[in-house]
Amino acid sequence: MIEARDLSKKFRTTLAVDHLSFTVQPGRVTGFLGPNGAGKSTTMRIILGLDHPTSGSATINGKPYAELSTPLRTVGALLEAKSVHNGRSARNHLLFLAQTQGLPSSRVDAMLDVVGLRPVANKRAGGFSLGMSQRLGVAAALLGDPQVLLLDEPVNGLDPEGVLWIRNLMKHLASQGKTVLVSSHLMNEMAVTADHLIVIGRGRLLADAPTEEVVARGSGQSVRVRTPDPVRLTELIAAEGGQVAPATATENGNGDDQAPALTVTGIPAARVGELAASASVVLHELTPQLASLEDAFLELTSDSLEFGHLDAEPVTMRPEPGRRQPEPAQSADGSVR
Amino acid sequence: MTTTAASGELASGQAEASVKAGFGHLMLAEWTKIRSVRSTVWSLVIFVVGTLGLTALFCWLTVHAIQTGRAPRRSADLLADPVSFILQTGIGLGQLAICVLGALTMTTEYSTGVIRASLLAVPKRLPVLAAKCAVFAGLIFVIAEIVSLVSFFIGKAVIHPVVDVSLSQSGVARAVIGAGLYLTVLGLFALAIGALIRHSAGAIAAVIGLVLVVGPLLGLLDSYDWGRHVHDWFPTQAGEYITRIHQASDQVLTPWQGFAVFCGWTAMLLAAGAYLLRRRDA
Repeated sequence: MIEARDLSKKFRTTLAVDHLSFTVQPGRVTGFLGPNGAGKSTTMRIILGLDHPTSGSATINGKPYAELSTPLRTVGALLEAKSVHNGRSARNHLLFLAQTQGLPSSRVDAMLDVVGLRPVANKRAGGFSLGMSQRLGVAAALLGDPQVLLLDEPVNGLDPEGVLWIRNLMKHLASQGKTVLVSSHLMNEMAVTADHLIVIGRGRLLADAPTEEVVARGSGQSVRVRTPDPVRLTELIAAEGGQVAPATATENGNGDDQAPALTVTGIPAARVGELAASASVVLHELTPQLASLEDAFLELTSDSLEFGHLDAEPVTMRPEPGRRQPEPAQSADGSVR
Repeated sequence: MTTTAASGELASGQAEASVKAGFGHLMLAEWTKIRSVRSTVWSLVIFVVGTLGLTALFCWLTVHAIQTGRAPRRSADLLADPVSFILQTGIGLGQLAICVLGALTMTTEYSTGVIRASLLAVPKRLPVLAAKCAVFAGLIFVIAEIVSLVSFFIGKAVIHPVVDVSLSQSGVARAVIGAGLYLTVLGLFALAIGALIRHSAGAIAAVIGLVLVVGPLLGLLDSYDWGRHVHDWFPTQAGEYITRIHQASDQVLTPWQGFAVFCGWTAMLLAAGAYLLRRRDA
């Protein structure tokens, strides 16, 4: 189990992680989602004791990382940034790591077999392809047979076969009761891999819920209807408490149909059909729109961006009653309104 | 590759074995690191071949000059303190390879990102630096002692026609063994600067600048009393006294005092490096 409590990390003037709290449970794959620069890698580095948090704390199985005596036997990590000497062979890289944990060298060969690097074990790691480097990183993470795994963008740059391998590996590890936290900015990859999602934006927690729930919470379930009598249908839906909006150009779809498309939210597709039938309104189309994880993600993170935008507005431009008024010398621009 | 195999569970026996990893394990790991990169091998080959070759070459050139009646100033150096002459001709340049290796041993951890793997394995951090220093110092000590002994015997054989030296003469054994000690501490000095600066080029430039430029320049201050103190207390100048048989009349420190001063500087830099290793984000 991984626990982050009120984590914050400030780099000079930027707040990379902003009072972040979450718990990663064992036995399932937890996706750690956020746009670039959201603070995913920084959060993982803090959990792993590489970065010092400005405030707050993180524990793994109840202990700070630094207090684990043979940490690689408890926690396996695959960081996004490279951590292998180009001139050192794959075997020697794994060997020195094994030695720090008191693990036998037979363990190194076993892991080389697991990731399929045995044939190139004595080659310099600098000559490895991205996929091979990633496999070496996975071998290092699994070296101590850890109960907890943190993988930072593990499928970045991998071919479809490699992506599938990582995905199955993560699911398999979770099924053994291990704690698996995997960061990604690939929403669709997470939709098929993760059971649970932690979504962050600008270092702040946006969602911490099962994957289906995040998807459902997103733009919400909407229904696209196409009818020659939009006015009547709108009245019927409004009477039931639903909202109707003209469908956007991209949603409009079928260009041959002259009937306008509407996007209905707040009532399910079946009820829209029943309402139309009861009032004999002709429908040309009735399509439930499932929000993808991508939509949900964009909605969540765009909220956080809008938040940031409001923050950026100078307060003096909109003085509120009760708030201290600007100094007379500075009020020249404020007095215009 | 099946996912069952991919999980890679430890056999129950392996999981039980050596649950606690000690400092010995860390030293073994550091030894694996240092022996598995080419820069170590190349630096040490250059150090050994360069030092022995230059010792033979400069001793032979000087002996030849004396025998043919040239270079009276050089011949005076050789005749005044033949042991220092032997040790300093080769080691004076060979020491640069030790400086480079010392700095690189630390800075390549950062330039390659291996430091992240190292600190994930040893999150308390300081044991990594301690094990690295111990293994590096041990390796350099063994090689440097062999090189300074072999240098001495090569030089002794070459200068034999002009002047006779032997290990049994007063202070000679101390100077020969001291040359190995000086090089070992110099390597740690460079490693400490690598830990502080963390960039290969910057660290190497700083160490070589201190050893080759700043140290000798301080010799220009010797007409002032305070200047001699500054010169003698400068790390590499102080450390080098141990390789000399005869002390200059205005020398402030004895050979062993000088060596202690050099060790003190190195310990201070290592302590600063250790403090920053703990404090900084990796």
